[in-house]
Amino acid sequence: MYPESMQESIRRLEATREARIRQGKIPTIDAAAKKELLSGFHPDYIESSMRELSVGPNKGERTPHELADLLEAWPLIDASRLDLERPAREVDVLVIGAGGAGVSAALVAAEKGARVLVVTKLRIGDANTMMAQGGIQAADKENDSPERHYLDVLGGGHFKNIPALARALVTDAPGVIAWLEELGVMFDKEADGTMVTIHGGGTSRKRMHACRDYTGAEIMRTLRDEFRNRGLELIEYCAAIELLTDTRGNCTGAAFVNLETGELFAVRAKATIIATGGCGRLHVQGFPCTNHYGATADGLVLAYRAGAKLAFMDTIQYHPTGVAYPEQIVGQLITEKVRGVGAHLVNVEGNRFIYELESRDITASAIIRECKGRGKGVVTPTGSLGVWLDTPLIEKLKGEGAVKRDLPAMYKQFERFGIYMDKEPILTYPTQHYQNGGILIDDAGQTGVPGLFAAGEAAGGIHGRNRLMGNSLLDILVFGRRAGAAAADRAAAKSDGEELTLAHLAGFAAELKAAKVPSGRKSPMLLPEYRRPELRRQFSFADCR
Amino acid sequence: MAGKAKGRKPKAEAGKTAAVSESRPESAAAGSLATIYVMGQAYKVPKDLTIMKAMEYAGYQFIRGCGCRGGFCGACGTVYRTKDSYKLKVGLACQTVIEDGMYLAQIPFYPGNKAVYELNKLAADTQVLVKHYPEVMRCIACNSCTKICPQDIDVMGYINMAIRGDIDRVADMSFDCIMCGLCATRCPAEIVHYNVALLARRLYGAKRAARAQHVQERVKEIAAGRFEPGLDKLCRMDEKELAQMYYDPKVRDVEP
Repeated sequence: MYPESMQESIRRLEATREARIRQGKIPTIDAAAKKELLSGFHPDYIESSMRELSVGPNKGERTPHELADLLEAWPLIDASRLDLERPAREVDVLVIGAGGAGVSAALVAAEKGARVLVVTKLRIGDANTMMAQGGIQAADKENDSPERHYLDVLGGGHFKNIPALARALVTDAPGVIAWLEELGVMFDKEADGTMVTIHGGGTSRKRMHACRDYTGAEIMRTLRDEFRNRGLELIEYCAAIELLTDTRGNCTGAAFVNLETGELFAVRAKATIIATGGCGRLHVQGFPCTNHYGATADGLVLAYRAGAKLAFMDTIQYHPTGVAYPEQIVGQLITEKVRGVGAHLVNVEGNRFIYELESRDITASAIIRECKGRGKGVVTPTGSLGVWLDTPLIEKLKGEGAVKRDLPAMYKQFERFGIYMDKEPILTYPTQHYQNGGILIDDAGQTGVPGLFAAGEAAGGIHGRNRLMGNSLLDILVFGRRAGAAAADRAAAKSDGEELTLAHLAGFAAELKAAKVPSGRKSPMLLPEYRRPELRRQFSFADCR
Repeated sequence: MAGKAKGRKPKAEAGKTAAVSESRPESAAAGSLATIYVMGQAYKVPKDLTIMKAMEYAGYQFIRGCGCRGGFCGACGTVYRTKDSYKLKVGLACQTVIEDGMYLAQIPFYPGNKAVYELNKLAADTQVLVKHYPEVMRCIACNSCTKICPQDIDVMGYINMAIRGDIDRVADMSFDCIMCGLCATRCPAEIVHYNVALLARRLYGAKRAARAQHVQERVKEIAAGRFEPGLDKLCRMDEKELAQMYYDPKVRDVEP
């Protein structure tokens, strides 16, 4: 199903396949070579792609322009339009966001006796969690240990991770797997219950647990079902537009807009958890992205205005293997599991150029180098570049039918466009995937603002400068659970009657003014804009009032 | 609200913009347009777009009916008909390419019934699925559910297995379900297939499949503090010491 212009390269790839199988694993690269590769080709290293923030807790630190534009921005609505005297709800724990982190936080907080309310911008389960295919790490095999996992996490993060957070991650991991088993998640297992585990990029032991290639979806639909069975309160299609604080700077709740009715309402809470996910839909440097529609960094923006410090916001993870062809699904994820089960990365000439399971930043940079630095990319009919993932090789290594069995979601994805990945390779190029940083937390999920917790991709510090595959599904559950527990504890220790104010905005507004931030630049984004340019803002009912 | 919601055009840089990769407005070159009918309303859009991107090109900013945009979340189930055919077809808006003359409507929500249960109190026996979803017995074997499934799941087949009480088969056969709900929209027996399947999968995972003993053992070791001294030491190490360990194949050997 590939056009003739791409077929010639496929023939070269097929010609080298047997030799590549005999070659086996190719060597990993050393620290010096990694440094050179990253500084030469990783998008984070493009100076002009970032700027120093001129306001807020991270003033003076660099972040991509797309995120800076949201952090250095005015509130969406005038404070006088919010009725803070009569909040719509009063709860112990307010969870903003209903992906894996938010739902697990809610489950644990409720178990501890807290009155929990979850408010989310889209539907429960609308999150990157649902899209995570490859797996979840946990050091639970005999030849493995949390210490080993820790060292892998730190190596992947270039040793910049916050130790206490990485430690919490690896220590809670086996317990999280046991919890998921108890909830009925269908892990890939041997008949005797032994988990089928494989490598991911940057792992020294095979500790990637999976549910075919629907790992995140299987976890999310299970958590969501449990949430519903427990009858926890949920409000969907309402987006947080501001956090609320008391005059001492504690977070005391949040303000929301109902995206369908326009209603504005406040929620008073003794503890608030931000679990709003990452910033994929900002399309940093114009990259396509693998992320959910809702990944617009809203939580970062709100927390930042309330005084919470962010961490590692100068590093974005580009997944090495986004779809590069067909055009309709460009940028969508090709799970790392494809390489985990043996597919080679191959250039236009049919040759390998990097060990496939280097950490993601390294592999992504190597693909960019192959295409842009060495001119060895495959050119698509629309002129974009990519390298092959030799997926028919998986059938050679694991037997006929292995692709369909181990990668059913991927197979279906390409089959829809007439590409049969058990017989033809698939074309790939890096795509924006993950924010390595986020709102700085401690190992209980507490942010720099008392009463405000964060978990999941919204939180930062765990993964340092680069996250390993399978540690994100893990982190959302580890820190979702920790934040849920800590928030419930905080709520239990507090009496009612917190003030609801927007006092924190006054100081922030003064900074914005001093930095001469244009008055029309507002945030959070809430929804990405994909309408064709001439239609944007042609008419709004608000203009008629 | 959609029209008012904050939206910025991502920065255009290096000749490759997000707007391009998401909606490809410039592919609207003369001669390459198709007409689609969104809930009856005609729009001219570039051909080769997915339904989702075509609707965005036409001017829709989704609140409902759009989710992961990658075929996993079930938010964008769409029913459509093409020119000169009475046949109803379905697809996920994010994964289905438009056809000229396509009439479409999204079904972003369906008020399906869900049983409430405490999983750990259920017995994974042959009665449990029917007990919680007795309506499966009303299946008239019309196969409408299977025909509409955008994931090509044998939905009626697994409902049959549910009637028989075969939890394992239901769990396996339904595994690729993204819970878009289209099956339930077509069912004359008012079965909510995806919720039956979800209960079966959870029962399989929690009760039918053997538990991983090695996980239980590791959890016990962690609770007993076995790894604390090692982690204490690692947490105190500076970057240089950590890097030395990390790159030393004798310390950090990689499992073949």
